[in-house]
Amino acid sequence: MSKRNSLFQWNLDRLVVPPLAVAALICVAILLLVLAFLVYEASPVLVDGGWRVFLSDTGWYPLEGLFGLIPMLWASLVLMLGAVIIAAPIGLACAIFIKFYAPASLNKVFRLILSLLAGMPSVVLGLWGLTELVPLIAKWQPPGASLFAAILVLALMVLPTVALTSASALSAVREDLLAGAAALGIGRKAQVLGLVLPAARYGIWSGILLAMARAIGETMVVLMVAGNVVQYPHGLFEPVRALTANIALEMAYATDNHRAGLFASGLMLTLIVLVLAWAASRIVGRNQHG
Amino acid sequence: MMTPYESTFTLGEVTEAEPCCVPVPHLVVRDLSVAYAERHVLEKVSLDIYRGCITALIGPSGCGKTSFLASLNRLTDLIPTARVDGSILYEGQDILSQSVDTLGLRRSIGMIFQKPNPFPLSIRRNLELPLREHGHRNRRILDEKIERALTDVGLWEEVKDRLDSTALALSGGQQQRLCIARALVLDPDILLMDEPCSALDPISSSVVEELIIRLRSRYTVVIVTHNLAQAKRIANYAAFFWMKEQVGKLIEFGQCQRLFEAPIHGLTAAYVSGAKG
Amino acid sequence: MAERLFTSVIWLSTALVVAMLLWILGDLAYQGMPHLSLNFLLSEPMSAGRSGGIGPILVSTLLIIAVTLLSALPLGLAAAIWLAEFTNRGSAVGNGVRLCLDVLAGIPSIVFGLFGNAFFSIFLGLGFSILSGGLTLACMILPVFIRTCEIGVSSVNDAWRKGAAALGMTRSAAVWHILLPAASPAIVAGLILGIGRATAETAALIFTSGYVDRMPGSLLDSGRALAVHIYDLSMNVTGGDPAAHASALVLLVLIMLLNLLAQGLSDRWLQRRLSV
Repeated sequence: MSKRNSLFQWNLDRLVVPPLAVAALICVAILLLVLAFLVYEASPVLVDGGWRVFLSDTGWYPLEGLFGLIPMLWASLVLMLGAVIIAAPIGLACAIFIKFYAPASLNKVFRLILSLLAGMPSVVLGLWGLTELVPLIAKWQPPGASLFAAILVLALMVLPTVALTSASALSAVREDLLAGAAALGIGRKAQVLGLVLPAARYGIWSGILLAMARAIGETMVVLMVAGNVVQYPHGLFEPVRALTANIALEMAYATDNHRAGLFASGLMLTLIVLVLAWAASRIVGRNQHG
Repeated sequence: MMTPYESTFTLGEVTEAEPCCVPVPHLVVRDLSVAYAERHVLEKVSLDIYRGCITALIGPSGCGKTSFLASLNRLTDLIPTARVDGSILYEGQDILSQSVDTLGLRRSIGMIFQKPNPFPLSIRRNLELPLREHGHRNRRILDEKIERALTDVGLWEEVKDRLDSTALALSGGQQQRLCIARALVLDPDILLMDEPCSALDPISSSVVEELIIRLRSRYTVVIVTHNLAQAKRIANYAAFFWMKEQVGKLIEFGQCQRLFEAPIHGLTAAYVSGAKG
Repeated sequence: MAERLFTSVIWLSTALVVAMLLWILGDLAYQGMPHLSLNFLLSEPMSAGRSGGIGPILVSTLLIIAVTLLSALPLGLAAAIWLAEFTNRGSAVGNGVRLCLDVLAGIPSIVFGLFGNAFFSIFLGLGFSILSGGLTLACMILPVFIRTCEIGVSSVNDAWRKGAAALGMTRSAAVWHILLPAASPAIVAGLILGIGRATAETAALIFTSGYVDRMPGSLLDSGRALAVHIYDLSMNVTGGDPAAHASALVLLVLIMLLNLLAQGLSDRWLQRRLSV
């Protein structure tokens, strides 16, 4: 009277499976290690005044014990939103192009172009931004290295993400919906705007959220073109410093509480990104259930 | 069970299925029940599979015939929610007991599936892999067994010059014959076949059917089939399954000819005459 | 009328994206090509990198990638196989592992740099080293690589699993002889993705493998990755722009070559397994 799975009966499977399972558990261990070390390194600051110090301190003067993160947090958020506000419509347009307007030959080429852009190292994008975009902006509105420059380059960076995930979402829309609309004489624009986009909205939103997560987690681009001055983002052409850039700039010489403060800001960043990623997965999950 | 094999394979006359002379039970099934999680698919089936004969399992879809078949070589183990109760005696041992070496069992009881599933490897590798896994290493013996199996299914002449080309390039009928060869290469006693012809075109189907008939008496065959004419053509015994109270049950079992010509149960009569199912 | 406008908007957006990419590539080529030469690829950097070459830096980069691949590939493949073939669908342990991987995948790269610094460099005492950087990158690319491999392996035709089981083959044998070769395109795709990410990564390396631009003597030496070199040249070295552009070109070509290599190797390996 056997109910047991015979997957593990023979010796070979018995030998092979434990190491495989260990490998999987190592991955869990890595996550735990990451969280543990982050919290451990950030603890001096987290425990003392608590995290409140990040919100209440007047500014980021770590050498004087002030860890006001709010200006940089705002900068990161504005950068993220700005980038997505530009990247989302254009990325969506590219996805619509791929799916509905591109002749077959152009389709593959354009997808290739998007993949190239997606695979471009962020430091190379930053280099281009620094040497081409910033001087251009500086001619118009000095100093050039600013919120605006960073938003533009970030937008370029996350655009492929939106475009490619939206293209997948559009492809998942049922063909017979479109056939029916065409048979009724509905034009392409109306088909796309009225039928396809609404049907694919979950996938598209998920792609936008992922782009937001990528934008706010990006270091090199903002480090190289945003100007790195710690201040509230009060002007489009003013320099700002993002949380990510801050960590990169100050880790080299930070000690004790300063270092702990940087780790704490890293934890905050991680939290924001995880919330965005979770929201993205929930949206898609909801789509699949109903 | 070694018999000298015929060296030619011809699509000859199909003779009427004859009852075996000495019905010796090869598999003794008692009160077999199969359930997947809460869903019962088969309830208390008892029958004998006779050595050297072809036993056809007939009945409409969903009556648990495939689950019955899968229990015979413990393939139900692959499904985590499957529960199999009852007993299946094979060579004095209960197949369903925990201590059974399922891998060795499946060497002796081979299975052929509805859709041909040759591995994405060369023809030679398809046949060599199971042999190697069961311990055969000698190159010469491997080659002999491969040639014999391919000859048994009538493929040797067709593929002997391209043994190292991919099996997926074969036609549907050839692939199914390859799958049969793959099972035969392990020298099994029993062959389980789940609608082996239903995914094939009519010509390939009849070639495979011919092959199955020629396997009779050398092997014990249990075949699930929806094709009543096929069952009449090839089977010695037939087991009729039907769905009663949402669960599959064995309605009638006996010699194939008798089942078709003089069924005892009313449902059987209705099914074989085409009135129901 | 509105139809025309819409169509124009779509085409314009596409053209804009293509134009931007061409601008970037063109700028790189225009500013970088003059500085490129065989000498550039082989010699040591001089004058903080303004002149000379990137020889040691290329070596460091390749070493870091090698460490990353050698640690992530076996670990990731093993975990993926375990998830795909040896856990039941919906099992709590399997889903727990997948959740951990999803969380890891979301962590920003600079935060991985922080972790790498705290764990590999300081706690394990590896200091600023190629080993430190490579292992940090391995942690970073592991989640996406595992998920890609897992999907690749579990989407292999189930008929082959059943067929192998019916022949009395162990699951491990089925995985090794049939499923892995069949899934290798997906595995390679995952590898390529990982390689691309590792080669392009800067933020995670700044505090793990360091800045030293001399030829590394061992894996425990600090080494400057190409991406880090580009960053340093453009931000910290006045007059470093030409060298930075040339390095960027080399980086792009390197990524392309690694991809081609991975693709080529997998095709050959696949050929051999399928026909023998």
